[in-house]
Amino acid sequence: MNVITLDRIMAVQAAYIRCIDSGALESWPEFFTDDCLYKVTTAENERNGFEAGIVYADSRGMLADRILALREANVYEQQRYRHIVGLPSIIKQSTADTECETPFFVLRIMHDGQTDIFATGVYVDTLRQVGSDLKFSRKLAVCDSSRIDTLLAIPL
Amino acid sequence: MNINIDTGADTLRNAAPAIEWPKDELTRIPYWIYQNPEILALEQQRIYEGLVWNFLCLEAELKEPGDYRATFVGSMPVVVARDFDDEIYAFENRCAHRGALIVLDSGGKARDFTCVYHAWNYDLKGNLKAVAFEDGVNGRGGMPKSFCRSEHGPRKLRIATFHGLVFGSLSDDVPPIEEYFGEEIAARIARVLRKPLVVTGRTTQVLPNNWKLYFENVKDTYHASLLHTFFTTFRINRLSQKGGMVVDPSGGNHASFSYTDKDAPQDDYAAMGIRSEIEGLTLKDKSLLKCVDEFGDGGNMQILTVFPNFVLQQIQNTLAVRQILPKGLHQTALNWTTFGFDDDTPEMKRLRLQQNNLAGPAGYVSMEDGAVGGFVQRGITAAGSEGAVVQMGGSGTTNEGTRATEAAIRGFWKRYRGLMNI
Repeated sequence: MNVITLDRIMAVQAAYIRCIDSGALESWPEFFTDDCLYKVTTAENERNGFEAGIVYADSRGMLADRILALREANVYEQQRYRHIVGLPSIIKQSTADTECETPFFVLRIMHDGQTDIFATGVYVDTLRQVGSDLKFSRKLAVCDSSRIDTLLAIPL
Repeated sequence: MNINIDTGADTLRNAAPAIEWPKDELTRIPYWIYQNPEILALEQQRIYEGLVWNFLCLEAELKEPGDYRATFVGSMPVVVARDFDDEIYAFENRCAHRGALIVLDSGGKARDFTCVYHAWNYDLKGNLKAVAFEDGVNGRGGMPKSFCRSEHGPRKLRIATFHGLVFGSLSDDVPPIEEYFGEEIAARIARVLRKPLVVTGRTTQVLPNNWKLYFENVKDTYHASLLHTFFTTFRINRLSQKGGMVVDPSGGNHASFSYTDKDAPQDDYAAMGIRSEIEGLTLKDKSLLKCVDEFGDGGNMQILTVFPNFVLQQIQNTLAVRQILPKGLHQTALNWTTFGFDDDTPEMKRLRLQQNNLAGPAGYVSMEDGAVGGFVQRGITAAGSEGAVVQMGGSGTTNEGTRATEAAIRGFWKRYRGLMNI
């Protein structure tokens, strides 16, 4: 079995943000295991032990559904993100799983060019080897701020 | 109109004259009402500090003596705390000395409060208890002997609690809380909040529009199934579903609701060619759409408002309160607090976490509401002397057997105009 090394973690983080920022959202669920937990939450909620997420998906099917809803049902002004991720820290490693934390910085670019800092925070991830790939079995996007401007349509 | 409103428009050459707002007119809403700084200042005095009950927080957030939350009454910063007599108190978050905030964080636990500026100290009721160096130093300086601490202190609010909700008022003349709600609204609050609550999350959604545009949106039963296509596609809410709407006699409070009705016609939207109907859209994971009839009445949705700042939401099994706070003319803070009950089974807890995807800033059926107020605010930029048309269902503000009506919005304006004396 391949060792989950820092360069492999960085490669998956880079591919993950590239997927979202390039608009290839249909491929986004492929970064996760079938039984994944994906949650967008805030540092305050984490501190208080509040479980609810702004986005909460406890299966890969729910991730696909979110993209389907964004494409087919939800109404929002055309916008895109530019994610910048920092260097991952490996927090804990076992034979099966690697827990790591990676800071993120997300700019939101509206269709008219207006660009704002949309979110900063840390990805608290658990990565698992599935075949030859690394997948997220758990991904918490923990936002530093409890404020969301207007709406959160595209995933973080 | 008995105040002098400068709409801004009439200071410009060639601009259309400001429209008058005839008394009792509720079907036309002049756009300057969302744009005028004088209106914002008047709202603070005549609404938030006037004859209303403002939602402050949940009792579940003040479980033990010493627990406190910092919040707002309109733009006025306020502290809400549970004292050691187990009662809840609220007072303006403003030191009686120089006006600095007494509490700087959003909440926590304290035995008392000390202003950081000059260390004036307050108890949990907001009484001024100690003034640093009150007697001076070595017999010099200090406050005059005539200074009486009990005559100085931040403004205090009256408190009313109802089924775990904490409301505050600066008025001595506001009616008792249940009378303020109206009988039907009180019963519909009690329907949802029938057990001790457990908070599961908090978020602030910052809306790019005047607070009234959001409050109207929540009271707008007409838009729900037209703007929010997720609802209609999965038949969670259709205007043809069994349901209805109640508006309290004051006009300010409302509840809209629907019931699961498998016999409702299936082709009404498709026949009208409205965007909402999307053929063949199915979810991979349908757990989101399960609805447990936890209130035992088949009600799968109830959206309830209390003037001027409160929303209680039941969308299937996702429960939340929303506090609407103005942040200037063109910005509104929408404070979401999601909750469950203390006896929720693990299955019910999980269902609520899943269904929270329906509401909130990323909610499948509510994310549009975060943006649509901004679309109006931007659309009306140059239209201060024009107005909105609010005529669905006629001109009344009373209960309707249908949700294809704007009666609750007219109710809002009836209440608003009454308090504002506009």
